[in-house]
Amino acid sequence: MTAPLSETGVLGPLGVLLAAPLIGFAFGWFLERGGLGSARKLAGQFYLADLTVFKVLFSALLTAMLGAFWLDRLGLLDLSLVYLPETFVLPQALGGALFGAGFLVAGLCPGTSCVAAAAGRIDGVGVMGGMLLGIAAFNGVFNWISGFYESTPLGAVTLTDLAGVSRGVGVAVVTAVALAGFAIVTRIERARG
Amino acid sequence: MRETKPYLDPYLAGAGIGLVLLSAYVLVGRGLGASGAFSSVVASGTAAVLGTAQAATSPAAAPYLAAGITSPLRDWLVLELVGVTLGGFVSAWLAGRTRTAIEHGPHIGSGQRMYAAVGGGVLMGFGAKLARGCTSGQALTGGALLSAGSWVFIATCFAAGYALAPVARRLWR
Repeated sequence: MTAPLSETGVLGPLGVLLAAPLIGFAFGWFLERGGLGSARKLAGQFYLADLTVFKVLFSALLTAMLGAFWLDRLGLLDLSLVYLPETFVLPQALGGALFGAGFLVAGLCPGTSCVAAAAGRIDGVGVMGGMLLGIAAFNGVFNWISGFYESTPLGAVTLTDLAGVSRGVGVAVVTAVALAGFAIVTRIERARG
Repeated sequence: MRETKPYLDPYLAGAGIGLVLLSAYVLVGRGLGASGAFSSVVASGTAAVLGTAQAATSPAAAPYLAAGITSPLRDWLVLELVGVTLGGFVSAWLAGRTRTAIEHGPHIGSGQRMYAAVGGGVLMGFGAKLARGCTSGQALTGGALLSAGSWVFIATCFAAGYALAPVARRLWR
C-alpha cells in the first residue's frame, strides 16, 4: 500500500497541513466554476428549475467513490486507513432534516456560502454568520441534548457492512442509481424544454 | 463591465470535485469539510471571550480546543476552508463573476433575503452539528465512502428540502 500518504509516513504533519489550503483551493475553484456560488441557482434545485446541485453532487460522489474503490483494489490506497465518519442514525436523520430546511431557506450550504461570499455576495456572508450562531447555539444547549446526540450509535459502518454484501456490490448499486438519476434529470430538463 | 464567462458543465465540475476529494483521501487520509471549520472558529471565539478553560468545559467545543491548537488557523479544516474561499474568489474573478450584491428571488427584497440567509445558516449550523457534518463532510466525503450515516443525512436533507419547498416558494420563485 502506498496511500494515504499521511498514514504511510510519506507526508509528515507539515505536509498534511500544507495540503489543506491546496485541496481547499481546488474544491472552491470547481464549486465556483460549476455555478455553486449562486444562491438562486442552488435553490432552483428544490423547485426542479435548475438541477446543477444534483448533477455536481452525484458526479463528484461517483468519481470519488469509483476512484477510491479501484485504487484500493489495485493496492494503491488502503481504504481502511481513510477516516470513515461514525454513524448515529437518529441524530443524523434529524440533523439532516434541519440542515435541508436551512439549505432551502439559505440557498447556500456551508462550503458554497464561502464561495458566494468570496465572489462578493453579501447573502453568503449572512449564511456564514448564521452558521456560527447555529453552532454556538448547539454548543450552548449541548448538555441538554447530549443523550440524543449519542443515541443509536452504529460505529464506523458502511451501507455494505449493514447489508452484509461486498463493497463492490454497493459501489455498483450506487453507480446504477446515480446513472438512473442523471437520466431522470435529463428527462425533466427535456420536458421543461 | 467585463464579460461574464459561462459556467462549466455541471458534470465536469462534479468530476473535478470528485478528483479533488479522491486526492484528499490519497494525500491526507480524510475528505473535504466545511462545517467543522465553522465549529473550530466558534470554539476559538468562545475561548477568546470566556477563556480556554471555561470554553473547554463544553463537551461540544472541547475537541476543537485540543492541545496544540491555539488558533483556529492551525486547524486543518480551517486552512482547507480558507483555501475554498480563495479558490472560489480566483475562479469568480477570472470568469468576471465577482460582484458585490445580495442575491434574492424576484418577490422579496434584500432585507428579507438577509434574514433568510442568516436564519437558514442558523438551522444549517445546528443541523450540521447534530449530523456531525454537512454537505461536504457527510454527503460528499462520507457518501463516497458509503458511510451509512452519510446516506441517512443525504436522504433526510433532500427530503426536508423538497417537502418544505412549497412553503418557502416566495423566497425564490
